[in-house]
Amino acid sequence: MSSHADAHGHGEGGHASVGFYWLIGIILAVLTALEVAAYYMHETLGSLEVPILLGLSVAKFILVVMFFMHLKFDSKLFAWVFLAGLVLAVFVVSFLMTLYHVVPGWTAAVTGVA
Amino acid sequence: MAEAAAVAHDDHHYTSTGLNSWKLGFWTLIGSECLFFGTLISTYMVYKGQSIVGPFSGDVFDIPLTTISTFVLLMSSLAMVLALDGVQRGNRKLSMAWLGVVIVLGATFLGFQVYEFNHFYHVGLGLDTNLLGSSFYVLTGFHGAHVFFGVVWLTTLFVMSARGKLPPSKALNVEIAGLYWHFVDVVWIVIFVLVYLIQ
Repeated sequence: MSSHADAHGHGEGGHASVGFYWLIGIILAVLTALEVAAYYMHETLGSLEVPILLGLSVAKFILVVMFFMHLKFDSKLFAWVFLAGLVLAVFVVSFLMTLYHVVPGWTAAVTGVA
Repeated sequence: MAEAAAVAHDDHHYTSTGLNSWKLGFWTLIGSECLFFGTLISTYMVYKGQSIVGPFSGDVFDIPLTTISTFVLLMSSLAMVLALDGVQRGNRKLSMAWLGVVIVLGATFLGFQVYEFNHFYHVGLGLDTNLLGSSFYVLTGFHGAHVFFGVVWLTTLFVMSARGKLPPSKALNVEIAGLYWHFVDVVWIVIFVLVYLIQ
């Protein structure tokens, strides 16, 4: 990796090389192709389909945030500020999905419809 | 000379964190946007498969079409980071070219979304048809509104660059617009999998 933390003081403003950005772009395109392939192979993959799709999505998310948004090279404070919102959002999504799709009888209890 | 010194002072003013206030503030905004889209995604996921009348997602979603629009948005993120690199290097032609590419790709993504909404509406999926319609249009509609705002923002930067008002000393303006654009991209990465691919 030919990246370098070209900091402009205070741990800010680092970036990678143009070639490295192109590499990330190609990896993102390949991961998207794998996602769509997994979607069409759902009968073959069975219960593995969802974990594979989520894993590929998380990988793409991390690549964009770390390298295109420069969190890899920037101050850790930016990462903490971002993670605070992100972790809370993931918790909200996970908690509500657990309540409505996993806990038996929860939907009926809140809607009154069995 | 005094004016230049004043500008330099504004760009590198003292902060208790040692970080640029605009950038820190914008990362805080992005953190809050995570929660905004988190609530919309939660709503969609809670209602997923709960519609009692059609059309259902399997009847309307066109995965090949959405794959192309997803690819377009991903590549716009690549173009955005290359545009920032051009501004930081002081290469005006390069930065204008890549900013133009981002704007065109962003507008193309919006075109796909307009086509998709129009198609869904004509096959009977309205905002108030069922739970799928309500949660899908609100989630993807707000994302589309963010893309639209980003295209307008980047167009202003393109015009500034064309007028020679986007020198390397103003690269932070492009970097912050880039943060916004990449965030819109990562939200779509999540939406593409949770809404379209996981049935």
